[in-house]
Amino acid sequence: MSATLTISQAGPALTIQDMGRPGWRAQGLTKGGAADPVALYEGAALLGQPPELAVIEMTGTGGTFTADADIRIALTGATMAASIDGDAIVWNASHMLPAGAKLTIGGTTGGTYGYLHVGGGIASDTLLGARASHLSAGLGQPLAAGDALPLGADKSRETGLQLPRDSRFDGGTVRVVASMQTDHFTADERKRFETTAFTRDPRANRMGVRMDHDGDGFSAEGGLSILSEVIVPGDIQITGDGAPFVLMGECQTTGGYPRIGTVIPRDLPRVAQAASGTAIRFEFITLEQAITLETQHRQDIKALGGQVTPLVRDPAKIRNLLAYQLVGGAISATDNPFEEEH
Amino acid sequence: MTDFPLIQTVGLSGVLVRFADTMSEPANRAALSFRAAVDAADWPEVTETSTSLVSTFLQIDLVAASVDTLLDRLHDLLATRDWYTSDLPTGRRLWHVPTVYGTDLAPQLEEAAELAGLDPDAAIAQLSQARVRVLTIGFAPGQPYMGELPQNWDIPRQQGLTKSVPAGALIVAIRQLIIFTNASPTGWRHIGQTAFKTFRPRSDTPFALSPGDELCFPSISRAEYDKITATDETGQGGAETEVLA
Repeated sequence: MSATLTISQAGPALTIQDMGRPGWRAQGLTKGGAADPVALYEGAALLGQPPELAVIEMTGTGGTFTADADIRIALTGATMAASIDGDAIVWNASHMLPAGAKLTIGGTTGGTYGYLHVGGGIASDTLLGARASHLSAGLGQPLAAGDALPLGADKSRETGLQLPRDSRFDGGTVRVVASMQTDHFTADERKRFETTAFTRDPRANRMGVRMDHDGDGFSAEGGLSILSEVIVPGDIQITGDGAPFVLMGECQTTGGYPRIGTVIPRDLPRVAQAASGTAIRFEFITLEQAITLETQHRQDIKALGGQVTPLVRDPAKIRNLLAYQLVGGAISATDNPFEEEH
Repeated sequence: MTDFPLIQTVGLSGVLVRFADTMSEPANRAALSFRAAVDAADWPEVTETSTSLVSTFLQIDLVAASVDTLLDRLHDLLATRDWYTSDLPTGRRLWHVPTVYGTDLAPQLEEAAELAGLDPDAAIAQLSQARVRVLTIGFAPGQPYMGELPQNWDIPRQQGLTKSVPAGALIVAIRQLIIFTNASPTGWRHIGQTAFKTFRPRSDTPFALSPGDELCFPSISRAEYDKITATDETGQGGAETEVLA
C-alpha cells in the first residue's frame, strides 16, 4: 500500500516539480522543473534516493500537510519555519513524519524557494514525460487545500540526517558567459553591467527574475530590433526599459530582446533563491572557465551524500522525549551488547 | 558585414547556426532543412534540436562535449550544400482554420486593416484567401509564427501592449500571423478569433502544427463560430487538414 500526503492548507504558490520536461523546445515548450535544481540533489542525498523524484516546491511560504502512514520527509532550499505537531524541526534535514501528525511549514527566513521531499517521491501522474507543473504553458496547477498526493514506494527508513547550509541564498557574485548578442553591447556598457549593484525585483517568478538597479538602463547598439531567437535558461535579456531580466527554467522558448550574457547553470539557483532586495553582481568569465566551474559543480552535487551528517539533537528539544527507550539494553554489565538477542 | 551561416555557442546549452539576421523565406528554408540534416546525422552529443525563424539550435552539453570537434562537424555539414535553396520538410500539412474576423471577438481588425491600407471587407478578403506557412513554433507550446503575408501587411507592433488576448486569437504584425496558445498580453493586433487549440497536452498529438505546415483562415460567421465552440471537443476548432505532396 502506498501512502498519501494530504494538503490541509496551502500557500499561494506550491507546485509539484522535478528535473523538468526536456525535449520539447522545437514545439515551443521549455524544460521547466525545479527553480533550484541543487535542492533536488540535496533532498536526494538526505533521503538516499534518486534526485529525479518529484517534490513540492514552495515559493515564499509553505502549508500544512499530513500523511496517512509514517513517511520520511526532507526539507531543503530556502529555510522556512517548520514544525511537526507544534514541535520545531530542523531545515536542510530529514525527519520522520508519523501518520496523522501535522507538518506545518511557514514563511521563508532566507531565500525564495523551499522544497518538501518525501521518501519515494510524489507519484502524481506524468504529463509529456514529467510531473513538473509548468504553469505558464498550462501544464498542472498550483497545489491547493484538499489535494491528496500519492507517494511512491519508499525503500528506506533512515531519517535524522542533515546537510550544511549552502551560500546560494545570500546573493553575491553570479558568473556569466558571453551570449549571442553580447557584442551588441559596447565594452563600456558591459563594464558598467559588471560594476553595477543589482537587487532582485519582488515581481520575480519561475519565468524570470528582473534585476533592479540605480542609474541608467542598459541598452544594445541598434536598439531593440533584433530577430526573435532561441532562449536558454540563464539568458539575461535587456527589456525595453533597460532592466536586465534573468530568464529561468519556465521562460518562453524564444525572445526578441537582446541578451547581454548567460548566467552559468551552477549560479542560476543563486539568482532564483535571492530574496527580494538581495544584492547580486554579475561577472563575465570565459567559456573555458565556465566549463571548469561547471564540471566541478557536477562532481560536488553528486558527492553531496558524503556531506550528510547525523542531526545533533538537543535532548531538551526532542519531541516525546519520554517515549524514547533511553536506557533500554543497559541491563547487564557483562553481556556483550553487540550479540544478537535470542 | 557578417558572413552567414554563422555558428555561435549559446550559454553552456548548445550551438546556434544562424542563416541570416532578418526574416527571409530562403533563410527560413535553410534553418528547417539544416535541422532535418542534423537530426538525420544523429550525433550523440546533440540531445535536442529546434529552429527559430532563420536559425537552427542544437542542444549540446558544452560542459561534457568537445566543442572543437563539434564545430568541425558542423562546418563540414554546412559545406555539403546550399541550404538556402533546400526543399521544405516532407510530410507537411495544409490546414483550413475557420476564423471570425473582427466583431467584439477580435476588436482590432479595423485598425490593422487601416494600417495595411485596406477597408475592413477588403482586409478580410485578403486575409481569408492568404496561404501562410509555419515559419517557426515558439514562445508558448505549439504556438505558430506564420508568414509571409503580402507586403501591405508589414505593419508594426503597437506601442503599448494589449493586456490579454484569448487562446485561439489570430494576431498580426510584420507580415506574420500567430494563433495564440494561451491567453497572453501582446503587442500584435487581434484581428481574428479561432477555436483552434495549438497545444493539446492530453492528446496523442499534443502539438497540432509543425514548422513547414501551411494554413488558410477562411472567414466564418459568429453563429458558425458559436456552433463550433459549443460542439468541438477535439481542439480542432472545425479545422480541416490535408497532406501536402
